[in-house]
Amino acid sequence: MTDSVYTQLLDLACGAFLLAAVVVLWLRQLSSIVRVFALQGVALAAVAALLGLHEDRLGLLAVAAGIGLLRAGALPRLMLRALTTGTPHRSHPHYQEDVSETRETQPLVNVAASLLSAALLTLLAYAVSRPLVELNPTPATRALPVGLAVVLIGFFTLVTRRRALAQMVGFLLLDNGITVTAFLAASGVPLIVELGVSFDVLLAVLVLQILTTRMRAAFGGTGIDDLRELRD
Amino acid sequence: MTHATTALLLTAPIVVPLATSAAYAASGLRDAKARAAGAAALGHRTPRQRGAAAPVATLVLRPGHGPATYGTTPAETADGPSYGGPGARAWPGTRPGGSPGGPGTGSDGIAGPDTGPGAPAWSRGRPAAPAGTGTGAGPAGRARPGRGPRTGAPGPVPRPLTGRLGLVSPAAILTCGAALACTVPDSGPVTAYGRLLRADALTVWMLLTVGAVACLACAANPAHLAHERTDEPAARRYHLLVHAFLAAMSAAVLAANLGVLWVAIEATTIVTAFLVGHRRTRASVEAAWKYVVICSAGIALAFLGTVLLYYAARQAGIPEAYALDWQTLAARADRLDPSVTRLATGLVVLGFGAKAGLAPLHAWLPDAHSQAPAPVSALMSGVLLSVAFAGLLRYKVIADAALGAGFTRTLLAGVAVVTLALAAALLLAQRDCKRMLAYSSMEHMSLIALGTAAGSPLALSAVLLHMAGHGLAKTVAFCASGHIARLCGTTRIGRIRGLLAHSPCLGTAFAAAVVALLGLPPFGLFASELGIARAGFLSGPRWALAAALVLMLAAFAALAARTARMLLGPPPGEDDEAEPVPLGADAGAPLVAGLAACAALGVTTGPLTRLLSEAGEIIGGH
Repeated sequence: MTDSVYTQLLDLACGAFLLAAVVVLWLRQLSSIVRVFALQGVALAAVAALLGLHEDRLGLLAVAAGIGLLRAGALPRLMLRALTTGTPHRSHPHYQEDVSETRETQPLVNVAASLLSAALLTLLAYAVSRPLVELNPTPATRALPVGLAVVLIGFFTLVTRRRALAQMVGFLLLDNGITVTAFLAASGVPLIVELGVSFDVLLAVLVLQILTTRMRAAFGGTGIDDLRELRD
Repeated sequence: MTHATTALLLTAPIVVPLATSAAYAASGLRDAKARAAGAAALGHRTPRQRGAAAPVATLVLRPGHGPATYGTTPAETADGPSYGGPGARAWPGTRPGGSPGGPGTGSDGIAGPDTGPGAPAWSRGRPAAPAGTGTGAGPAGRARPGRGPRTGAPGPVPRPLTGRLGLVSPAAILTCGAALACTVPDSGPVTAYGRLLRADALTVWMLLTVGAVACLACAANPAHLAHERTDEPAARRYHLLVHAFLAAMSAAVLAANLGVLWVAIEATTIVTAFLVGHRRTRASVEAAWKYVVICSAGIALAFLGTVLLYYAARQAGIPEAYALDWQTLAARADRLDPSVTRLATGLVVLGFGAKAGLAPLHAWLPDAHSQAPAPVSALMSGVLLSVAFAGLLRYKVIADAALGAGFTRTLLAGVAVVTLALAAALLLAQRDCKRMLAYSSMEHMSLIALGTAAGSPLALSAVLLHMAGHGLAKTVAFCASGHIARLCGTTRIGRIRGLLAHSPCLGTAFAAAVVALLGLPPFGLFASELGIARAGFLSGPRWALAAALVLMLAAFAALAARTARMLLGPPPGEDDEAEPVPLGADAGAPLVAGLAACAALGVTTGPLTRLLSEAGEIIGGH
């Protein structure tokens, strides 16, 4: 693989990674959001695999495979299950307006403003990460702003979306952004840390899934706005 | 010390709690089998029993199946023993210590309509076994928990593990901490497993704090569970999670690698999520959700900071295996790129600050601390906040060496003043007793941050003393608040009156704990606050300290006035013949021990003085 092909492929994967985060903000159907998140996991694994090929490190390829399995396979699956366990089956096949649990009906910030914010956050990420790129300018570190942009978009999703599942996706976007930052900056953190982090993320998603089910049992829905028992 | 001894001392604080946790899990699996077999043999078809026994197993092995058992009926959650709910109003009539009776009190899945008449008696009577009903849970009982009593039990219903098993892991942490405290100040830091685990004076101090607070909280567990009428599987799950929580905290304290430190801190969030949501009421589910989301997202920012630090270290020529090793980083911090380190430090302060209850990501704290069971609140408030802050201290050393002391000083002082202002404002308007204590934790954490901002060795020693003193006093206060909640049926400050007349022992313990938290002598917090103030005016950001003193005055007034309102006055109810409610020895011993330890710290640090000053040197000596 020549250097120019490597650079182009890396930029392509990073572009897809960022685009997936923006599309998450654009979509409202929760199951579609989860699928886009899975695609982002594929892009993340591709970034790791490209770095592994470029540096001739087999270990990195194995890590890429593991990350792909976790973030494009296991986590989306868990979230889809959280989505389907509580949703009653439709008895009428006719069209009716879908106001059920499966849509992000009332985000705090509407879709157009969200996309605009995503653009602003990306600009912010480029501004913030200038010292990071200057430290060691390579094709990989030049893509670092993408990672930070996804972190910021993930935080934005977490704050503005009002469904439990959408918040989960926001948290995972944040986490994907951090992982890609680690890969682009230093070809990933040491293996033991990577393993621990992946395990923690998996468990956190399991916990959130179980809490979603409990929330549905206690509140009759998964809207975060219903959570107003505790306040000062 | 030989290498093997060191390895043992560094491993035991993590492994023993994990083993205890596993013992509870294993006994749950066995009980589920035994009960299923027993039920089949007796001809009682009790599917709900089995369903209720399952979560321990499912939680560990196949968590995805948990929801099937959790999502039973809304009625179950509504019936839970919520402090404010109507189900809890019935409590004032019952005597603490007595077995709560009354038909139809099935707050758990076990006492379902299809259970035989014998089962509810078991489900309520059995967990009430206090620490005293020993069934030989000595060292042998740890390896094979409860096997002896089970085979000897007449019926198919197995006996629960006793409360004494719960004390094994805190005792192990405390013992290892004490053993290390004897050697580390003389012979320097020790490492094990190729620098995966490391103990220096700071580690040892934190280990002692964790062990002491955990002893108190675990000693309070059996009494708490007995009064909460927790069914046996839920009690076992509770113990399992508490011990896993202790293991995670020990790992966070002992980790030499900053990445592993982060993993351990995040693990505490995951483990405590179900402890916060233990009661499954609407309020506790909400608190657990907020807790997991805010803490996970906040701590993720700290991981981003760690990643950036790793990047800077790699670019500074530190090899991959040592680029996250704290000792290496601290020694070579001057070679790190300043602008990258600055960004990383900002993110780390934000992230670990979230876990330590500092602004701006502090919103989870009052909810989680007020909803968790009282001993868990004590652990979370008493040590988890400090453990997270100790992680922050490690990063501070690196940041100070790379950037000079000014950056972290400004950052921490700003965060501390904002947190203190928030805590004081919310304390003034507080109407709930446990939330009041939670905001008081925020107040104390911001003081700790302020002392860290001052940065001299004296200030850091005072900070560490403050962590220990606050941990002990807050544990007593939270455990006492749990007893108060049961006694009065509420945690609303407005509904609690005349506690001193109603239950003199409990009232005195709570009053003493609040006096300690207010920073009055003879308790440890008086000495440490004095130290922080002195060091702050000598070296630190004086503007922040001046602002903090004014805000602390407001917090002091609020806390004192609210507590006085709860303690003084005539006891509730019109019945004059009501005699004072005694506090049992089981419930009272941890409170007295905690207060005594806190007072002892205020008088002298005794043999720990050297350890404390050395720990202060590690962080503040650069």
